[in-house]
Amino acid sequence: MPDLRTTALADRHAALGASFTDFGGWNMPVRYTSDLAEHHAVRTAAGLFDISHMAEFLVTGSGAAAFLDYALAGRISTMKIGKAKYSLLLDETGGVIDDVIVYRTGDDDFLVISNAGNRALVAEAFVARAAYTPAVVEDISDQMSLIAVQGPRAREIVEATVGVTDVAPALADLGYYAWSQGRFQDEKLFIARTGYTGEDGFELMVPNALAPALWDALLAAGEPLGLVPAGLAARDTLRLEAGMPLHGHELSTAIRPAQAGLGRVVSADKGEFVGKEAVVTASTDLPVLVGLVAEGRRAGRAGYAVMDADGTSVGEITSGALSPTLGHPIAMAFVPPALAEPGTSLFIDVRGTLIPATVTALPFYRRTA
Amino acid sequence: MTDLTALKYTEEHEWVALAGDVATVGITDYAAEKLGDVVYVDLPAVGSTVTANTVCGEIESTKSVGELYAPLSGEIVAVNDAVVDDPSLVNSGAFEGGWLVKIQVDPADVDGLLDRTAYVALTGGEE
Repeated sequence: MPDLRTTALADRHAALGASFTDFGGWNMPVRYTSDLAEHHAVRTAAGLFDISHMAEFLVTGSGAAAFLDYALAGRISTMKIGKAKYSLLLDETGGVIDDVIVYRTGDDDFLVISNAGNRALVAEAFVARAAYTPAVVEDISDQMSLIAVQGPRAREIVEATVGVTDVAPALADLGYYAWSQGRFQDEKLFIARTGYTGEDGFELMVPNALAPALWDALLAAGEPLGLVPAGLAARDTLRLEAGMPLHGHELSTAIRPAQAGLGRVVSADKGEFVGKEAVVTASTDLPVLVGLVAEGRRAGRAGYAVMDADGTSVGEITSGALSPTLGHPIAMAFVPPALAEPGTSLFIDVRGTLIPATVTALPFYRRTA
Repeated sequence: MTDLTALKYTEEHEWVALAGDVATVGITDYAAEKLGDVVYVDLPAVGSTVTANTVCGEIESTKSVGELYAPLSGEIVAVNDAVVDDPSLVNSGAFEGGWLVKIQVDPADVDGLLDRTAYVALTGGEE
């Protein structure tokens, strides 16, 4: 096994009996007990995730907002302080280097969180694009830990966590895709109402040294409310049900944002930004991302072919699973625009057996509250 | 509790319990743990013939697909319908309620399989 990185919470995971997997070069918990039980806990109560493998960048300086408008596909400069925004880092061909969340923390201060496996590529792109600008980019990934509490009881749990104080705005007043400042044991605590599960929830950032204590405090507060530690297996089925893309599956440098249903994330009418010309002039005939639902229990999985009624291969699945919440197979796949209309009948080649599937609008699952 | 030392094993992580000329076959708890929550099993039909070391079924978890290899050649005389209805039995009782098929075999063939010590060594000592 190659040298895998570990988070500040590695001994907590081991003590909880986690199974581990290599994810983006990190040794991360894939499950603690049962991925189905962890999945259901997040839908009905809450789950606790170590997402410290993700990368964090501080962007500061008088040119920070203008730099991000140029470096990312969205309009960042009009964000209000206290808000979060989903955005894309494109290359010159309009392909997606990574998807990120941008948090505005001041007039000239931003936090950008990217995927673990793309950290070096994001850092490289930021450094290159910041040349000749007054913006300063600092990679703080090695100093910070990130813990997510996700599920309908997440707010109660964070509010009940011993040691979390001075949260402003109060979590009851915090909107989705916004963040609060607080304190945990006299250190600054960053609490964002964001997540990757389709549920309400929070992502909490602290310096590495405080991560084990925060993990313990969240677990102690949450266990009476149904909180369980949850691994990457549950995280993947949760985000798939929620129709959220995973870079390397639904997103890549070979995919234009509009193909993945993310055209709205691109502000083509703002000034110059990397990838603009390619995105604006991209063909509209490229395959597009759709949801597929099927009956039974056999799931189409990443890489499986999608067929039309004549048995001709028309596309490929990017992610698929038997949906734990819905009880039937779900998948995301790229197919030609002519076959992307909801209700279209297609087939999934499940290791030689053609399983009927129907195109459906994403997401597969939407929380009710 | 099943006496695991009385069972035979394969490199594909199946276990075999021989009674007369009928071998009961399942996957080991080690394999079940590696797969994660099993959500679907596809087993050969009763009356069909399977060949040793060839794929005769599938075991899917939320995260992956595992192939079921026939540990021995013979005719399928029973399949575990309970596990087809509730695949989680593979996780909750890999050596008991989670058995998969019964194969009528030549008992002499069982000698070619691994014993418990050899199997545990194969899995790196993880029991």
